[in-house]
Amino acid sequence: MIYSVWAPLLVPLVAAPAARRLADALPPRRAAWLLTATAAVLAACSTAALCLLAGAGALRLPPVAALGHLVLPLVGDSVTVPAACAAAVLLTAVAAALAEAVRRHVLLAARTRRAVDAAGAVAGDLTVLAEDAPDAYALPGRPGRVVVTAGLLRALDPREREALLAHERAHLAGRHHLHLTVLALACACHPALRVLRAPLSYALERSADEAAAAAVGSRRLAARAIGRAALAGRPQPRPYAGLSAAAGPVPRRVAALLAPSAPGRSGASRVPRFLAAVLAAALTVSAVSALDAATDLHGSIEVAQGER
Amino acid sequence: MPEPTAGRRPSGELEASVLAALWAAGGRALTPADVQRELGRELARTTVTTILARLHEKGTVSRRRSGRGYAYLPVQDSPGLAARRMRSELDKSGQDARGTVLARFVSELGPDDERLLRELLVDGGPTDRSPDDPRDPTPMTGPGHAPVTGLDHSPDGARAVGLDHSPDDAPDGNGVPGSREPGGGPAR
Repeated sequence: MIYSVWAPLLVPLVAAPAARRLADALPPRRAAWLLTATAAVLAACSTAALCLLAGAGALRLPPVAALGHLVLPLVGDSVTVPAACAAAVLLTAVAAALAEAVRRHVLLAARTRRAVDAAGAVAGDLTVLAEDAPDAYALPGRPGRVVVTAGLLRALDPREREALLAHERAHLAGRHHLHLTVLALACACHPALRVLRAPLSYALERSADEAAAAAVGSRRLAARAIGRAALAGRPQPRPYAGLSAAAGPVPRRVAALLAPSAPGRSGASRVPRFLAAVLAAALTVSAVSALDAATDLHGSIEVAQGER
Repeated sequence: MPEPTAGRRPSGELEASVLAALWAAGGRALTPADVQRELGRELARTTVTTILARLHEKGTVSRRRSGRGYAYLPVQDSPGLAARRMRSELDKSGQDARGTVLARFVSELGPDDERLLRELLVDGGPTDRSPDDPRDPTPMTGPGHAPVTGLDHSPDGARAVGLDHSPDDAPDGNGVPGSREPGGGPAR
């Protein structure tokens, strides 16, 4: 039992908030990649640490030891067994959460696609749903589809509709749903990563907003399309609304488009540099500790196998 | 302000724009000339006519005689039914789950967001605000809870999203959702 095995479990508590702050200061595309990669690394390391903790305990059980061809008892200390039990419980929870995340993803994707195929009017890459509630989203798949309700189309003028379509096409072209999937799986592995959900959604939307602004040739037009879409109808309050968007991402997106060339602000570079250093250090600690713990366990196993 | 030119756009995107225009008309049948005017691009009338004919062949739109040509309407298979099924399927999944799977164009607005948004759009974008801190207090403009109805067709896309209702906007008298659904539309 060495201490480094605990580090990957605790690092996300520091690294996730740092990544979130850093993402605020980056252009949207890079922010999305930063958040996704950070979540993936932290989740992998913390899950590996749990496996190592549980494995060290499991190898003390005679059947497992026999299976591993151990001739000597595995060295351990007083916390090995309780830690292994806790890790086993947590691993079970992670497995259940992963299964649930996958089930939810597959189910929702299949349901949505089935419903869209059945209900929608299709032309090119666009599917229109005969619904009044304003809504639009990019439905990934082969080929990906842009889904928009009739209510939203009626609320926008022709050029705003082009901005909307360009925005959704940017989601599809950028394969943004993969970012969302990776983060959902990472959150199943370590709950502290959930703080990255809102920043990632925001970064992806901002990225698609910029692509739409470029496609229609006007940031102001793109901003107007987003604002009009959000205000259109003002749909009835929905369940779970409070969970997703507490900080008002839509006005922020509109403001970002209306502001003259948002990135490249001067004077703000010191904080990101500091945060980047913190984040890089945290990721390194996480990865190195997991490796260190793995090497340590491997060494103990070899000793117990009588190879040393 | 550069306009995307028709020639460089894939035909699938043009089809999408044409269908969007037909649905946006909210139950009014559009002639190829109407669609061309709506899309406002350097689009040849023949291109629009061809796309409409193709959509008609696929059964996506219906048409009826109008003068010497046709006027086109989007087709709804079984009005309302499919849409309601869609809605209930998605509601089963919960909005929270949707947020983690699908990227949506606009998320829910918080309590202050609506006011903020109207200010931002009416002001046409103050230049002295940082994009990350749009929340400084400015006097409220515009009616707080009026439904957005006006369409701003100004070619330069300049100010304002309009809560105003000038007579030349909204060719279809855009407004009350659901009032012009063809075939009696989904009642909500």
